[in-house]
Amino acid sequence: MAEEVLLFGAWASPYSHRVEMALKLKGVEYKYVEEDLANKSPSLLKYNPIHKKVPVLVHNGNPIVESQVILEYINETWPGYPLLPKDPYERAIARFWAKFIDDKCLLAIFKASWGEEKEREKAAEEVPEFLNHLENELKEKRFFGGESIGMVDIVANFISFWVGAFEEAFGSELLTREKFPKLTNWTHQFVNNTVVKESLPPRDKLVAYLRNRFGGRNVSK
Amino acid sequence: MADDLILLNLWSSPFGMRVRIALAEKGLDYELIEEDLSNKSPLLLKMNPVRKQIPVLIHKGRPICESLIIVQYIDEVWRHKSPLLPSDPYARAKSRFWADYVDKNIYAIGKLVWGATGEIQEAAKKELIEWFKVLEGEVGDKPYFGGDSFGIVDVALIPFYSWFYAVETCGNFSIVAECPKLVSWAKRCMERESVSKSLPDQYKMYCFLLELKTKFQAQ
Repeated sequence: MAEEVLLFGAWASPYSHRVEMALKLKGVEYKYVEEDLANKSPSLLKYNPIHKKVPVLVHNGNPIVESQVILEYINETWPGYPLLPKDPYERAIARFWAKFIDDKCLLAIFKASWGEEKEREKAAEEVPEFLNHLENELKEKRFFGGESIGMVDIVANFISFWVGAFEEAFGSELLTREKFPKLTNWTHQFVNNTVVKESLPPRDKLVAYLRNRFGGRNVSK
Repeated sequence: MADDLILLNLWSSPFGMRVRIALAEKGLDYELIEEDLSNKSPLLLKMNPVRKQIPVLIHKGRPICESLIIVQYIDEVWRHKSPLLPSDPYARAKSRFWADYVDKNIYAIGKLVWGATGEIQEAAKKELIEWFKVLEGEVGDKPYFGGDSFGIVDVALIPFYSWFYAVETCGNFSIVAECPKLVSWAKRCMERESVSKSLPDQYKMYCFLLELKTKFQAQ
């Protein structure tokens, strides 16, 4: 049976782009379906009835949802480029950082950018603390995954590209070279990687989209 | 210790219970260290400097943090006995999805049912019943979430069974009336020694949570 790989995504979503990056790194051919999140397709609702979100990967008719679950699935299903280390301990460490990025960093960055005032103040203190942990974790490595991009780098795509777009859209400063030299270097390495570059949305379009979508709310200083 | 394992834990933590269940399923010996979270030990702060939370599993001196990550680690290192994840990638993805679903929803909402009052508690109760019904729909008439074998989704969810009495009493409702299949599933899990030895008595938990609730309300 010919293999069928479908990806339901949204061009502005970092979660959706994670999956594209992973598929491209593995050299998997797939068909991309752009979803209008204001008007979700019957297919999306059928494949992800519980969360009704993108991304959804459909492999030979089987849907897989939640970006980190999808990344693990891609890693286990297609051989070749390893997204996670083979050693169980190294793998546990990678999973820890991926969870930390999604559960703590992203949430704090969102709140610092456009949460309610009280939330924003607290988040504004947390963001540099969390980024500092990532800065320390990078140490002298080129990527979180070592010499090559791995799952943690992919999950941190938000920090490498979307944060820059927020900063441009709202005039905020979250990731500065002075405070986070290693993370800033990592950002450049990551976004200039050939496969990653192909997967990223156009910067101007993203900035305009963010301004339009979130610009009415209070923004961080 | 034969397997060189230390678990930093808190008896009342559902997350700690997950790790204890996994270790028991694999028949592993370990040293259990009970932490006082109001006075965290230097060992905990050294082993989990980022989150400063329990549970932390220390294997041959190296820490692993976050309960479901620890459970997967245990499963991968001691793969030959009682596997907690299936071998098929799609079945594994489904297990991870449901374990993640439990993580995202049950703790935060359950806490509001035993910990809050008034409208917040009522809204939380409705939401909790909704999530329980979804989970009940998923397990259905199967022995466990993964089918015939006890697995990571069961491990992720069953510790919250120790909250049932507290949640029912504080929320004034009956879980068995709302979700009978979920309760059947829970009782089946409790027949496993790994589970019954890792979960505290529901009444003891209720008293403990009431104390916590009083502390929160005083703040």
